Amino acid sequence: MEFATLETGEGADREAAMRQLAAGGSQIVFGVGFLFSDDIYGLAQEFPGVKFACVDYTVKEGQQLPPNLAALKFKEEEGSYLVGALAALLTKTGRIGFVGGMQIPLIKKFEAGYVAGAKAVNPEAEVIVKYAGTTGSAFKDPTKGKELGLAEYDQGADIIFHASGSTGLGVFEAAREKKKLAIGVDADQYDEAPGHILTSMVKHVETSVFDTIRDLKGGVWKGGIQEFGLKEDGVGWVYDDRNRALIPDPVKAKVDSLREEIVAGKIVAPSK
Amino acid sequence: MSLLLFLAAALRISVPYTLAALGAAINERGGVINIALEGMMLNGALAYVLGAHFSGNPWAGVAAAVAAGVATGALHALVTVVARADQITSGLGINLLAAGLTKFVLTQVFHSSSNSARVVGLPDWDLGALSSIPGLGPVFSTPLVLAAIALVLAGQWLLFRSVFGLRLRSIGERPEAAATLGLRVSGYRTLGVLISGALAGLAGAWLASEQHSFTDGMTGGRGYIALAAMIVGKWSPLGAAAACLLFGTAEALQITLQGSGFPSELLQMMPYLVTMLALAGFIGRATAPRAIGVPYDPEQG
Repeated sequence: MEFATLETGEGADREAAMRQLAAGGSQIVFGVGFLFSDDIYGLAQEFPGVKFACVDYTVKEGQQLPPNLAALKFKEEEGSYLVGALAALLTKTGRIGFVGGMQIPLIKKFEAGYVAGAKAVNPEAEVIVKYAGTTGSAFKDPTKGKELGLAEYDQGADIIFHASGSTGLGVFEAAREKKKLAIGVDADQYDEAPGHILTSMVKHVETSVFDTIRDLKGGVWKGGIQEFGLKEDGVGWVYDDRNRALIPDPVKAKVDSLREEIVAGKIVAPSK
Repeated sequence: MSLLLFLAAALRISVPYTLAALGAAINERGGVINIALEGMMLNGALAYVLGAHFSGNPWAGVAAAVAAGVATGALHALVTVVARADQITSGLGINLLAAGLTKFVLTQVFHSSSNSARVVGLPDWDLGALSSIPGLGPVFSTPLVLAAIALVLAGQWLLFRSVFGLRLRSIGERPEAAATLGLRVSGYRTLGVLISGALAGLAGAWLASEQHSFTDGMTGGRGYIALAAMIVGKWSPLGAAAACLLFGTAEALQITLQGSGFPSELLQMMPYLVTMLALAGFIGRATAPRAIGVPYDPEQG
C-alpha cells in the first residue's frame, strides 16, 4: 500500500489538494477535520469510483451521504462526560472551567458532555464556560487562550478542560502561571505542561482511520456515518504512571463505573 | 481585587496592539500605508522563539524579533518607496509571505506545523512598590509593558516635537513641497517604515514571550486591529495607545463576561464598530495624511 500526504493551507487549498489525490488514482482519500466537510461531500459525488472518509465530518440537516463517503464521527460527549466527572470529584473550590475554540456544534459536544459529567457526580459544582471566538482562528490563538484560562482561574476554577486546538496551549500557560490543573484534549497532552495536566480526553483518530482502511482492504467498505464512542474505544481518558498520583483510587473507580454505565447504555451523555 | 485583575488583563491584551499601532502612526504620517503589520508581528514572534531557543537568552529573542521586524519593514520599503509599487498590495503580499515563511521555518526547525518547542520568556523586573500593587503589580513588572509605555511617549515626542517628526509629517502631507526644500522623501519614508517594523517585531516578541512558544498564525489578526486603532487614534501615538486600551478593555470585558449570561458577542464587534464610526466621522474627524498611499515619484514632482 502506498500513501500520499498533502498539508493544506487556507480555504480553497483543501478542495484542490483532495481533488489532486482523487484524480491521481488514490483508492481512498481522507480529509482530517470538520473544515473538509463541504469539499469532501462535493468531491465524493464527482468521483464516485473513489472512496472518501472525513474525520469529524459535520452532517448538515437532511443531508444524504453518497455511498462512497464515510463520515468518521466521535462521541466526544462521552469522553468529556468522564473528564467532567473527574474534575468535579477533584475540585477543591467547587468550580471547574471549560475553554472552547470556535463556537460550533462540534465543540459544544465537548462542553455538554463535560458539564453533564460534572453535575452527575457533584450537582453543586459550577462550570465556567468560555469560548475563544467564532472563526477558525479561534483554534490557534494561544494568547487569547491564556487570557481565557487566567480569567477562569481568577473566577475560582481550579481545573480547566480545553477543546480549542493550539489555543489550549495558552490555557496550559495559565495553569503553569497560576499553579493549577488543566485537562488536555484529542491526544495525551501531558508533555505540554508536565505536572499541570490532570488527564487528557483522547480521541483515537488513528483507530477510526485504521479501521476504515482495514475494512476497505477486506472488501467490507462501510459508507455513511461511522460513530466511535467509549464502546468502540474511539474516545477515552488518560490514566497512567504520569498522572496516577493526582487521582485517588476511589475517584478512579467512580469514573470507571460511569464509563461502564455509558457503554451499557444506562447513561446517555448529552451532545448539545 | 477582581477589578484589578480585570485591568491587568486589559493592559496585557493592549500591549501588542499598542506597539504595532505606534509604529503604524509613525510610518503612515510619512505617507506609507502599512497593512503589513500582521506579517511583521508574525515574523517577530517566530524570530523571538528562534533567538531564545538557540541562545537560551530571552533578550537575544527580543533582538532577533526587532531585527526580523526591521527586515520585513525593509522589504515593504523596498517595494513601496524604492520601487513605488502599490502599498496595499505590498502589505498583503508581505502578510501572505510571512504566514507561509513562518510555517516553513517552524516545520524545518521544530518539526511541527503547529507550534515550536518551549523557550524562555522575559523575566519579570522587581520594581519595588510598583511591582507590589495588588493585581496590577505583575503587569508593571513585565519589561515590555514598561517599554510600550515609554515608547508611546517617545513616539509622541518624535512625531510632534522633533525636527525629524516635523519633516516626516510634511512628507506625508506634501512630499513635493518637502523635496523642494531639499528633504530626501524616500529616505524619511523608509526610516518610518523601518521604525514601524521594529515596533511590530517587538509586539511579536511580546506574544511569543508570554506564550513561551510560537504557534502557527498566532498573531490572529492583531496587526489589523492595531491598524484600526491607529486610525481611531487619528494617526497619533497617544491617540492610538488610547484606542488600543479601549479595544483591549473591550476584549477583556468580553472574556470576563462570557458565561455570565451577558451577550458578550456584542463586545467582540466593538473594535470594528468604533473604527467604522471613526472613519464615518462620528468620533471627531479621522483624516489621513494627505499624501498617504501615493508613491512619490520625483520625476513627476
